[in-house]
Amino acid sequence: MWRVATVVGLHDETATARTITLTLPNWPGHVAGQHVDARLTAPDGYSAVRSYSIASASNSKNQIEITVERLPNGEVSPYLTQELAVGDQLELRGPIGRWFVWSTEQREPIQLIAGGSGIVPLMAMIRSRVATPTRGNPPFRLLYSVRAPEAIFYRDDLQAIPSEDSSVVVNYAYTRTAPKDWPRLPGRIDKDLILSATWASSVAATFYICGPTGFVESVADLLGTAGNRRENIRTERFGPTGERK
Amino acid sequence: MAIISRGFSGRRSAAEAKLPPGQYLTTDFPVLSAGPTPHISLDKWEFTIDDRSKVLKRWNWKSFRELPTEKITVDLHCVTRWSKLDTFWEGVSLDTLLADITTDADFAFVHSYGDYTTNLPLDDLLNRKAWIAFRFDEEDLAPEHGGPARLLVPHLYLWKSAKWVRRITLTHEDQPGFWESLGYHIYGDPWREQRYSGDE
Repeated sequence: MWRVATVVGLHDETATARTITLTLPNWPGHVAGQHVDARLTAPDGYSAVRSYSIASASNSKNQIEITVERLPNGEVSPYLTQELAVGDQLELRGPIGRWFVWSTEQREPIQLIAGGSGIVPLMAMIRSRVATPTRGNPPFRLLYSVRAPEAIFYRDDLQAIPSEDSSVVVNYAYTRTAPKDWPRLPGRIDKDLILSATWASSVAATFYICGPTGFVESVADLLGTAGNRRENIRTERFGPTGERK
Repeated sequence: MAIISRGFSGRRSAAEAKLPPGQYLTTDFPVLSAGPTPHISLDKWEFTIDDRSKVLKRWNWKSFRELPTEKITVDLHCVTRWSKLDTFWEGVSLDTLLADITTDADFAFVHSYGDYTTNLPLDDLLNRKAWIAFRFDEEDLAPEHGGPARLLVPHLYLWKSAKWVRRITLTHEDQPGFWESLGYHIYGDPWREQRYSGDE
């Protein structure tokens, strides 16, 4: 079932990524980590559909946010990040997906690991966690790998996370440019960072890894080497393998 | 009634016309898996066919690779909406693997290394519609694409083409597999756009 969504807000996260706030009548609510299919139709009837992760906390308040990264040569993302205006309408289907999701009933510690725009579904989990600060909720950790400081999405929200109760601890890994005085040289997530910035395997946390294929493959292998059980590791990959052109 | 996006034209190509509804063309080979990629060494690899009560056939890598193979060029359609045309594979036909088996089962339940599962009617594995593929584009199949060997059932959405396949169980009932239990369609015909449970 396709629903008509109306754009009520636009916010640039980075030079290439935009968050779109949409209202949807009769939205049934979603679980953090789910996505929607968005359908655009051209004046001559041609249509294109793409899937986008929901960035906002689980709710049924008839409003969601998605964040779209503009892909070079993309068919839909340039339109969504550059042309779309407040008041425009588009069609959405969803919410979709029941595997890469975090429900507020889960009690085990959570480790989120994001590569680039892979932060989007993980941010929905963090926002859902922060929105339900009841005692006994599990501790979250986020390890967020970005090219450079200016590539961070949701900077204000991540900084505003209350630090006093350690409910969500955020670590960054900069792959190309780190802020001044950053203690780690720019580089990909490696064994040492997995050991220092993620839950020890003895904690039996659930891991959610989202990012480009090469990133997810590498991080999942490192987590396995660190002794984590594969059934505790959930992944969502996007993009090509990087090996074939 | 569709909502028209002013200023949106999209990109159409001649190849796009060959695609099932709602799909777009990619020349990459995206990877979608629910968990870490298992790495299976060939000396430990085995593939079996059973009927729940007993193993009917069993191959190790050596005996599997002694079977006759076929080279096939097929189109792939992923439920996440990308399609890739004219992909080139080498594999063993399920007709070959099932040739000596007499069964009145109607369905197949497919198990992978790493505990992935999927289900499909047995008829969809027969008559040159399905293979256990081990080479892609003239190279050994990479682990992230399902190597050493994966099921290849190109007439259904690609989640049915289980990566890292290790066992096929012949059954009388259509038992939902991994994605089929998580909101995806029980059959998954891309030409009928059977993406999610509830789709016609």
